[in-house]
Amino acid sequence: MKEKIYLYPVWVRLWHLYNALLILTLIFTGLCLQYSLCNYLVISFNVVILIHNVSGIALSAGFLFYLVGNHFTPNGIYYHSVMPGRFRRVIKQFRFYSYGIFKKEDPPFPVSRERKFNPLQKLSYVFVMYIILPIIIVSGFGLLFPEILPLTFLGVSGILLTDLIHITSGFILSVFLVVHIYFCTIGKTPLSNFTSMINGWH
Amino acid sequence: MKKLIIINMLVFLSMSVFSVETNDDSVKHSPENSYCFHCHGSPTYSYNNELQEQIVTKRMNPYYMIDSILFYTSNHKVLECLDCHSYDYKTFPHNNELQMEPLPACLDCHEGDDVTANFHFEKIEQEFKKSVHFIKHPKDFTCFRCHNPHSYKINVRSNENIKETIVYDNNICLSCHANINKYQLITSNKNPNIIKSHDWLPNQIVHFAHVRCIECHTKTTNDVLVAHQIQAKNKAVKKCVECHSKNSMLMASLYKFQAKEKRNLLGFSNAAILSNSYLIGANRNYYLNVISGVVFGFVVLLIIIHVVLRILMK
Repeated sequence: MKEKIYLYPVWVRLWHLYNALLILTLIFTGLCLQYSLCNYLVISFNVVILIHNVSGIALSAGFLFYLVGNHFTPNGIYYHSVMPGRFRRVIKQFRFYSYGIFKKEDPPFPVSRERKFNPLQKLSYVFVMYIILPIIIVSGFGLLFPEILPLTFLGVSGILLTDLIHITSGFILSVFLVVHIYFCTIGKTPLSNFTSMINGWH
Repeated sequence: MKKLIIINMLVFLSMSVFSVETNDDSVKHSPENSYCFHCHGSPTYSYNNELQEQIVTKRMNPYYMIDSILFYTSNHKVLECLDCHSYDYKTFPHNNELQMEPLPACLDCHEGDDVTANFHFEKIEQEFKKSVHFIKHPKDFTCFRCHNPHSYKINVRSNENIKETIVYDNNICLSCHANINKYQLITSNKNPNIIKSHDWLPNQIVHFAHVRCIECHTKTTNDVLVAHQIQAKNKAVKKCVECHSKNSMLMASLYKFQAKEKRNLLGFSNAAILSNSYLIGANRNYYLNVISGVVFGFVVLLIIIHVVLRILMK
């Protein structure tokens, strides 16, 4: 039997849980606002706005905590990528998910103490955590304080542009969430990765 | 008496020579109006006091001062003062009893008037009679409480001036509801604190700058262009989705003029609103919705195929 590795320290697990709950709340309330779904719910629009705003601020604080944590602990190293051959490694991992996995091939980049994420995971996590999340946080603050936004930008309403950026990033994050949750079922057993995020052992 | 009339004639003659004309050349200014504006258009007026045997200059009551520039750019610019006010005002000093004269109401001129037929004054009157203003203060409230006949100018709505329209229309409400002196001419109630009473409204500043008070405080109908049935405060719109939704209420009020021609601009619901402001929940983009639906559906489909293959190849 393969030796278990303690891969997810307490702070990462707590942050992950905190982040997951807030992201779910934000997606749900965001959809309510965008499509006026509170028409069909018991909570009113302004309460949904309040929940969305508070969750957004909490998420931003959590994001800062995550950045600081990654900076001062070894966890940040897992997001670093070696440039030569990166594209080839991503393709290799993609081939595994779309073909090799069905042929019972071994994963090309198995999890180890030195490598928590495979190249495709690393790419998607860096994209979501270091590009999409900052965009969504900054645009969210712009919508929270609309008076700081330019009235128009290239002839288009500043609030409209900011909102389009915000909802598009939100949509990308929602798609990522679905894919992320599904890929978590690709472990030793469908539930083993979820258990790892609770007890820290992979 | 004869002497007084001669003095008056002299005063009026000098007024016609020295009176300040306005900058609106499109209207031929009535010389009769110039007599009135000579005194009522400036902060001071002068007359020959026969008893003191000197020209006396006095301050004009600010409430009786009329801005001639505003008047000659208003909707009533073609009228003469004496069309509405008593002919006896030609005599100076004015008879005090003239202040008691009943002034004409809007419908006295506008009822059945072909020129203003498309404004439906009769229907406006009907709506006004059902408004909280009239119900609570039937004797005190007339059109003139809100619409100053000396300066009222209808705003032709366009995307260019909609913000000015909002400010103009809101100032009509604020002239009483944010001015204790005028407010208490009618009621002994405490002046409501607009900011405090709208505490519940998220992004209050943005709302105040982008919509009119009447958007939430009137009952809109299809009969008139601008709703006049002001509702009691407990009936005001408080449900955000009335505006922040695909069928935004604003399309029947503030954006009624633009609503027809711009409903589907670039695929945005309530597109007419977009030129001036963005409303969360109301300005959804049809194409983005379709693209996001397709992308999301495609991802879910791929996952389902992946799951099925994983099960089959187990």
